[in-house]
Amino acid sequence: MAVKTLSVDGQLISAREGQTLLEAAREAGISIPTLCHLDGLNAVGACRLCLVEANGRLLPSCLTPVAEEMDVQTQTDRLQRYRKQIVELLFAERNHVCSVCVANGNCELQSLAMRLGVDHLRYEPQEPECEVDLSHERYGLDHNRCVLCTRCVRVCDEIEGAHTWDVAGRGTHCRVITDLHQPWGDASTCTSCGKCVMACPTGALFHRGSSVSENVHDRETLHALILAREEKQWLV
Amino acid sequence: MELEDLIALTEAESSQHAEIEIRVCTAAGCLSSGSRSLISALEHAVEDRGLGDRVGLREVGCMRLCCEGPLVSVNTSTSDGTRVPTLYGKVDAAQAPDIVTSVEQGRKSAEALHSIDPNGPFFAHQKSVVLEHCGIVEPERIESSIALGAYRSLHRALHDLSPAEVVEQVTRSGLRGRGGAGYPTGLKWATVAKMPPGQKYVVCNADEGDPGAFMDRSILESDPHRVLEGMAIAAHAIGANQGYIYVRGEYPIAISRLDTAIRQAKRFGLLGSGIFDSTFNFRVDLRIGAGAFVCGEETALIHSIEGLRGTPHPRPPYPAESGLWGHPTLINNVETYANIPVILREGADWFAQIGTEQSKGTKVFALAGKIRRSGLVEVPMGVPLREIVERIGGGSPEGSSVKAVQTGGPSGGCIPAELLDTPVEYESLKALGSIMGSGGMVVMDQDDDMVGVARYFMNFCMDESCGKCVPCRAGTVQMHRLLDRIERGEASHDDLVTLEDLCDLVQHASLCGLGQSAPNPVLSTLRFFRHEYESRLIEFSGPPSSAVSSDPR
Ligand SMILES: Cc1cc2nc3c(=O)[nH]c(=O)nc-3n(C[C@H](O)[C@H](O)[C@H](O)COP(=O)(O)O)c2cc1C
Ligand code: SF4
Ligand code: SF4
Ligand code: SF4
Ligand code: FES
Repeated sequence: MAVKTLSVDGQLISAREGQTLLEAAREAGISIPTLCHLDGLNAVGACRLCLVEANGRLLPSCLTPVAEEMDVQTQTDRLQRYRKQIVELLFAERNHVCSVCVANGNCELQSLAMRLGVDHLRYEPQEPECEVDLSHERYGLDHNRCVLCTRCVRVCDEIEGAHTWDVAGRGTHCRVITDLHQPWGDASTCTSCGKCVMACPTGALFHRGSSVSENVHDRETLHALILAREEKQWLV
Repeated sequence: MELEDLIALTEAESSQHAEIEIRVCTAAGCLSSGSRSLISALEHAVEDRGLGDRVGLREVGCMRLCCEGPLVSVNTSTSDGTRVPTLYGKVDAAQAPDIVTSVEQGRKSAEALHSIDPNGPFFAHQKSVVLEHCGIVEPERIESSIALGAYRSLHRALHDLSPAEVVEQVTRSGLRGRGGAGYPTGLKWATVAKMPPGQKYVVCNADEGDPGAFMDRSILESDPHRVLEGMAIAAHAIGANQGYIYVRGEYPIAISRLDTAIRQAKRFGLLGSGIFDSTFNFRVDLRIGAGAFVCGEETALIHSIEGLRGTPHPRPPYPAESGLWGHPTLINNVETYANIPVILREGADWFAQIGTEQSKGTKVFALAGKIRRSGLVEVPMGVPLREIVERIGGGSPEGSSVKAVQTGGPSGGCIPAELLDTPVEYESLKALGSIMGSGGMVVMDQDDDMVGVARYFMNFCMDESCGKCVPCRAGTVQMHRLLDRIERGEASHDDLVTLEDLCDLVQHASLCGLGQSAPNPVLSTLRFFRHEYESRLIEFSGPPSSAVSSDPR
């Protein structure tokens, strides 16, 4: 296996060929913010939080393979500015009221905001009318909290193999949907496995009956499943 | 089909030419102003006078001066065999007998008819390469195309040139993509050709979603065989056997003519298997887009052809390496393919001497807006914008003056009147913060408000954003709101700063070209017309009085 040597934030690191910049940086202890990325799912490069500067270009680190002698910067002022803007845009896009949210305290959007120092919004909230789908007997979907990361879509397609989820509409009218836009409870392809709920970074997908701050996302089970599939390692 | 057959067909078709030929434009513009009923009226008039064997009625494509449609051109053979065309504009069906009588009596024009000088400035300053047969050839009859030389270049490519030689010709011609970005076509072909042999595809991008643009539609409606021939030559050059034309559903006439053209070409053995008795097989299928602007972006277009949701994915990998179903795929624009047959016919050097050092050949523009003569225009690259706007288009109508020219649609920008001497070239337009784009050109006068123009294009991008990435999906909405507030005089200086910050984010952080270019109309109007923004800003005067308690306890 070929090894590449590159510099990340001035630190020389080595990485396996085919690894992404994100993986290589994380292995070297350099953390890059992400939202649409989830280990084990195909990367889509959609949230743009993981952008880094490499040889003068902006690249999504979740999708960019390492290359020999790459000179990567992950924390420039410009990148921090963009990341903060992106998180603010997401907060202004839907209705986020953390104090009454099932994910309060267990939310990746919330942690990003804290990490990036988002203390107010520069943008006027869009306040769209969003529905809450409680038709499924075990889970619920609150579009108010969805950031359209499509992790639910990908986990359902790539890990569970059901492809219950998809995205309908375009632009700001995009909504995640189940089957051909049926209520989740009527979606005949749904196996009720709950992987989408585990994968969701926010309070958009939740266990019914959970109250404020109770929706803990069980990422470990997902990672164990992926490890088991890909590397035949079983946690027994 | 062999070369002799082509020649025989050409001769048969030419011998059929009637003494008097009446051509009526049946491109979308003229059709919508009544050319269909005009054609039946002409048919009746010819029949009534028993002129069936002297007059040929031809349904042709765009004659360019679209603002004068429906357009009719009459060709009468003189004794020495040359044909003199007469052009009539705004022809009403009721005037059909007049036209037929006047041509029968050999008069140049009847008084009641509005005749247009075919050597007038609108036509005289153009140069036809891509559009050479537009308005002459009958788009629904392959025989008419063949008589004008269609498929000769394909024959030559198959029998006299190796694939590498074809690529070399295209490279040497200096042709650059006409779909917007201006990527060197020869380089793209060479890249796909160099991919290991195996399944490869050729795709024609006929999505044309830019508001105000109709260049590609006109080419497809007027001369579809030219595009098919260009695609077949490309397929031979890169080693593909399957092609797709991705046309937007809003172009029903283009779709039906392409469908007819493909069926006719197959019947004549010019598409399908063993073309021109060679081992070359090439099949072309149509794919109809549902009208999403982003589906013109090549990776989204590929997803759409595959039957998936039309959203872009980051490049690399480029389609040349991994396109349709993971196979190497060549994607070019309609006008790019339409240039290919003439490059092979006249030679790369002939082509390369048209235009400028960096931008070779001609470019087709759809000229519209506050201008006297609007329509389809083809000029050599490098002519100053002024030539197009003032000489060809005749400048602004009486009582107004040109303020700016918008080029490149939602990805482009506004060029102020002071800079009209800028040559039309990829690089020079880019230096002004605009782009050549696919060729939409909208002229604005002193009544046009630049903040409103920017808001219009931002509204378009906001509606057309696919929603995949956050900067474009959520950023364009906020930019649109800010522009709206500035336009209504309700924004402060801070709002302008926020708008400029968003321009920076959306331009640099978006995933695909839609988001990356969405701020261009704002940036270019800010660059040249900043005062129109600043003069509307208000001083921030604290919270509205209703929010402040009048009775502090
Ligand atoms: C949002 C967006 C829309 C586009 N729409 C079109 C289009 O309608 N037609 C087109 O030919 N190219 C369009 N393009 C450019 C294509 O992606 C691609 O560059 C082009 O088809 C390549 O062909 P060319 O090299 O012949 O220009 C678009 C690009 C973007 C980013
Ligand atoms: S999803 Fe996260 S950010 Fe949104 S309201 Fe809930 S806790 Fe807050
Ligand atoms: S529901 Fe959750 S996982 Fe699915 S797109 Fe929305 S935020 Fe992402
Ligand atoms: S830039 Fe806009 S159109 Fe392109 S992927 Fe992002 S959201 Fe979609
Ligand atoms: S994590 Fe890379 S773009 Fe979202």
